[in-house]
Amino acid sequence: MIPGFRRPPAGVHPPLDSPAYRATSLRHPKEPLVIVPQTLSERTGPVYGQDTVGPGDHDLTRQHAGEPVGERIIIEGRVADEDGGAIPHTLIEVWQANAAGRYAHKGDQHSAPLDPNFSGAGRTLTDAEGKFRFVTIKPGAYPWLNHPNAWRPAHVHFSLFGPSFLTRLVTQMYFPGDPLLAFDPIYQSIRDERARNRLVAAFELDVTEPGIALGYRFDLVLRGRNSTPMVD
Amino acid sequence: MTADGRTGGRADGLTPFQTVGPYFAVLPLEGENSASAASTIVIEGTVRDGAGAIVPDALIETWQADATGRCDAADASFRGFARAMTDESGRYEVRTEMPGSIGKGHAPHILVGVLARGVLTRLLTRIYFPGNAANATDPVLALVPESRRATLLASATAPDRYRFDIILQGPGETAFFDA
Repeated sequence: MIPGFRRPPAGVHPPLDSPAYRATSLRHPKEPLVIVPQTLSERTGPVYGQDTVGPGDHDLTRQHAGEPVGERIIIEGRVADEDGGAIPHTLIEVWQANAAGRYAHKGDQHSAPLDPNFSGAGRTLTDAEGKFRFVTIKPGAYPWLNHPNAWRPAHVHFSLFGPSFLTRLVTQMYFPGDPLLAFDPIYQSIRDERARNRLVAAFELDVTEPGIALGYRFDLVLRGRNSTPMVD
Repeated sequence: MTADGRTGGRADGLTPFQTVGPYFAVLPLEGENSASAASTIVIEGTVRDGAGAIVPDALIETWQADATGRCDAADASFRGFARAMTDESGRYEVRTEMPGSIGKGHAPHILVGVLARGVLTRLLTRIYFPGNAANATDPVLALVPESRRATLLASATAPDRYRFDIILQGPGETAFFDA
């Protein structure tokens, strides 16, 4: 029997109804969530292996003829479960705005320029120790319509699978010292301050590549297993 | 600990969810709108918000057992996972095979994750199929208040087509799960 997964501690995941983030007002369920057991369906999930990922997919600066504009950065990290155990060979997808704060997406109408050398999408698999590395450029902040003079802090979107459909995680990585974090209702929707801080990468000289790119560390933790197997 | 004494970037617990936002655009997975290399059924539907407006920026993801009820077959021809964005009319479509039962009393079902701008933490629900006798004994469906069970039932619109609309809020609100 495959063990089930621990319930997330209170305050970690943002509440679905977060009034300061206006778009939640009509998009959060009003009925209570139905608490259900974890059957085989919940305890398993899709497997994406080496055949999924191309050799250059982790380097967002080399997907076009020329180099993108912006400050080159390296993002390194490790994916673990809540007990610290490595999550090896799991798919991580990233997407982000360019250095000017514009997404290469038809829905993004921000007046900042597109960069013909930057699509802003990458992916990789964690290695046997759960470690990963992306090369990209630092995304720009951009305005949005949530409230007057609203700006999203610079961020990189992360999508992870882990060992089960229940470990699926979609989140955002922020940059240390960004003054916009204090005003961002999406970042601030996380009630637990310690949990919120986990989304802020650390600048690390050790990750920096001298003369080439600045380095950041961003570790991620997915749901851990229950210690005792669940019974169907 | 980093040079400036901060612990940022080092995980000391579960990583929080954030919204997928309006600009989801990853490198596509091969055949990602189909859970199987030999899909035989289509599941389609419209996502709506609490004002009845269509949601044109939702990412719908599905996970399910194969036709024999196995969830861990790791077979290249049956991935079990599919995903699709809703289009400008709020409609999504994924292709798959009819799932088998994962065990005695369990009715065939498909897990669904709903991600969107304005959805801060993924919403989770299930699709069940009409006319299946095991729907009456399914242990998860039994936990859903009877008046809301119909929201988890797809409707057959053609021999190989099912409609599963998702209502995020308000009248007919889809039953979402905490698993």
